[in-house]
Amino acid sequence: MTDSFDVIVIGGGPAGYPAAIRAAQNGLKAACIDDWKNRDGSRAFGGTCLNAGCIPSKAMLESTELYHRAQVEFQAHGILVEKLGLDLGTMQKRKGEIVKQLTGGIGALFKANKVEGLQGRGRFLGDGKVEYTDTGGKKKTLTARHVVLATGSTPIELPSVPFDGKAIVDSWGALEFDAVPGRLGVIGAGVIGLELGSVWRRLGAEVTVLEAMDQFLWMADEQIAREAARHFKKQGLDIRLGAKVQGAKKGKSGVTLSYEDKGGRQELTVDKVIVCVGRRPYSDELLADGTGVTVDKRGFVEVDEECRTGAKNVWAVGDLVRGPMLAHKGTEEGVMVADLIAGKIAEVNYEVIPSVIYTAPEIAWVGKTEAQAKEAGIDYKTGSFPFAPNGRAKAIGQAAGFVKIIANKRNDAIIGAHVIGPMAGELVSELVVAMEFQASVEDIQRTVHAHPSLAEVIHEAALAVDRKALHGVNR
Amino acid sequence: MSIEVKVPQLPESVADATLVAWHKKPGERVSRDENLADLETDKVVLEVPAPADGVLTEIRIGDGTTVNAGDLLALLDESAAAEAAPAPAAGQADQAAAPAASAPQREEAADDEEGEPGKAAGRLSPAVRRLLEEHELEAGQIRGSGRDGRITKADVVEFVERKGARPAAPAPAPAPAAGRPEPAAPPPAGERGERRVAMTRMRARIAERLVEAQATAAMLTSFNEVDLGAVMEIRKRYRDSFEKRHGVRIGFMSFFVKAAIEALRKFPVVNASVEGNDIVYHDYYDVGIAVSTERGLVVPVLRDAEAMSFAGIERSIGDFAGRAREGRITVEELTGGTFTITNGGVFGSLISTPIINPPQSAILGMHKIQERPMVVNGEIVIRPMMYIALTYDHRIVDGREAVQFLVTVKDALEDPARLLIQV
Repeated sequence: MTDSFDVIVIGGGPAGYPAAIRAAQNGLKAACIDDWKNRDGSRAFGGTCLNAGCIPSKAMLESTELYHRAQVEFQAHGILVEKLGLDLGTMQKRKGEIVKQLTGGIGALFKANKVEGLQGRGRFLGDGKVEYTDTGGKKKTLTARHVVLATGSTPIELPSVPFDGKAIVDSWGALEFDAVPGRLGVIGAGVIGLELGSVWRRLGAEVTVLEAMDQFLWMADEQIAREAARHFKKQGLDIRLGAKVQGAKKGKSGVTLSYEDKGGRQELTVDKVIVCVGRRPYSDELLADGTGVTVDKRGFVEVDEECRTGAKNVWAVGDLVRGPMLAHKGTEEGVMVADLIAGKIAEVNYEVIPSVIYTAPEIAWVGKTEAQAKEAGIDYKTGSFPFAPNGRAKAIGQAAGFVKIIANKRNDAIIGAHVIGPMAGELVSELVVAMEFQASVEDIQRTVHAHPSLAEVIHEAALAVDRKALHGVNR
Repeated sequence: MSIEVKVPQLPESVADATLVAWHKKPGERVSRDENLADLETDKVVLEVPAPADGVLTEIRIGDGTTVNAGDLLALLDESAAAEAAPAPAAGQADQAAAPAASAPQREEAADDEEGEPGKAAGRLSPAVRRLLEEHELEAGQIRGSGRDGRITKADVVEFVERKGARPAAPAPAPAPAAGRPEPAAPPPAGERGERRVAMTRMRARIAERLVEAQATAAMLTSFNEVDLGAVMEIRKRYRDSFEKRHGVRIGFMSFFVKAAIEALRKFPVVNASVEGNDIVYHDYYDVGIAVSTERGLVVPVLRDAEAMSFAGIERSIGDFAGRAREGRITVEELTGGTFTITNGGVFGSLISTPIINPPQSAILGMHKIQERPMVVNGEIVIRPMMYIALTYDHRIVDGREAVQFLVTVKDALEDPARLLIQV
């Protein structure tokens, strides 16, 4: 193995591995150092996303949702299930298989693109030098013209409720329970907390979610948050807002969490606790002194809009830098950097990055919420349309939720789109493309949407902006 | 084959013109009659239509240059037109072309696929296509701010607003949409700046003539007031039937013009002009109607206004106003005139002293109609009143004539029957 490269990417998650692949596609000699270790000690590329986050959670969400629907919906379809059973072990195995296929896929992509995939630890020494410690512990100094830092993020630990890997776990641990907890306490009602809470609730756990903020799903549009809260409540998720957790005491009957809300001091005893209060950038031991790369007090590597750090030819992308902690944002940044390094023109449009919450109903949005539009001083108009009257939604038995489009009143440009309902994460793509091309509401109105489809609800919502929806009463 | 694009024949009273702006760049495809550039004269802005379909190859005269009739402006290569589908006919000129415009536009978009890959400007979104058709615009007139130069609906909306907007209107808060943030440049706080802007040629000429008028004539203004109740009653009663019969709305201006002509008949010197030591009386009444446009005041003339019907007057004024705002009035239409009527009322003016339009000898100013308490038959009643003003050249118009002129106008408007029987 050579020691000198055009580009070394430290971190092989959804920001790092695409950066390395794109660099190689651009004709550069690229290496990607990744330190992910599975529970069993085996190594895999793909970072948190593929191994402990996005992918495994989506697999569990799908399995548990099917289980749940089998229980409550199948009969209406005339499908009679004699004795519905659950084999968590098989469910976990399936999840593991999917993860293995995908992470293995990255290895294959590296080989195909001639990216040197190096498992082990990378540390930037400055001046184009990277210290690589392989899986055996041997150290070696590699050199590169450009270095891309992509070490991602790690769950924030609450000092008052420290992880013990058994009863108090992080999001990764929450995906690996070998039995359905009787009582589950989730600290943090963010995207991760709601998804994981949903998974175990569907399998029968009594789930209580403690959220410190007074507002539920503050980053989503308020109407969406309210609709979501209604559904989660119906599903039996006990979401308590304004609940600040102070400590945890482990005892014979389980873990007792003490928290404070506006009613005073409270206690909650559960069998398992998931702490998911956010993630912090993982810049631990990444940089030697004097590299010129600056890190802010929260651990984020400081970069400009092209992801350049303070040091020449050193870049940083993904969860390690500012912006939404979303895999696709990391990917776009990684690709942009690889193109910039190759002398091409590239940029990331941060205004049009979609967000998705994979609960049921699914939630997705792109652009501004009404609150953000108001804050920006934009004179806006909105149009909404529910899934309830939609033929496709009725046929698949998932007719909850609605689509809302926010547009600039003066020139009809779409400034935000919000979906809560079936396949929200897929449906939002239409509006992401529309917003990338600065489309107007009228453009959506005049675009043909297939019938019957869930996408028609987007069409109707666009018509509703002008109070011209065809399949609903316009107010 | 190369064709020469020359400065068109300039109207008689116009010495030369200034090339204000080129609308096409060298290398751009143009179609016959499409406007290539604007030429500004003292009175009006002229267009330079392309003599044929083709590609503009060379521009010889730059922006801001003064030119004379017949000067060579640019070269046009006719043969280049044969290659691609011709762009739709110029939107401004021909109303009839508008319905046809949508079909070639779609053709054009398809042609772009073969001819110029990556030239996204040819791809128009459905909302943009609809708006262009509705406003009879061409894609080429609008700058695209979207991805790869695409025209967005917002671009068209803003273009249309700007065309019809008053010059003072400030731009509203910019739409953030998905675009790159564009820093607005606010004036630095606390600085008292100055901006020096050269007068446009038309503005300079207007300034010159006004000073000339002041210096030559002995200008005075006399006032009176008119109760427009009777006129308003007639308009109200016959509004619908008038519009149905004549296809145009009955406004106030036709009444003003008719009343003014009555007064001009009675006091012919008000319709005359001074030439050296002579007074030239005109036995025709070419009444100029002042119209405000973005570039300044223009005064198109109603020729032989005494022979025009109410409907004819309204129709002509409507046509002039529309074309004046679009810059499509000809110089001939602005010259001559024996008398002028100006209406400051639309801007809210209650009373004013209009300035004479030389070589005329008087100008009648109409103003805002405002309800005021008046004494009628010893009682206080609310009447819709308007102040009228006559600025006159005292060299030939005496005070008595000026005052009586206004009284005649007043009487004619307060009792429109007088217009009917000429009393």
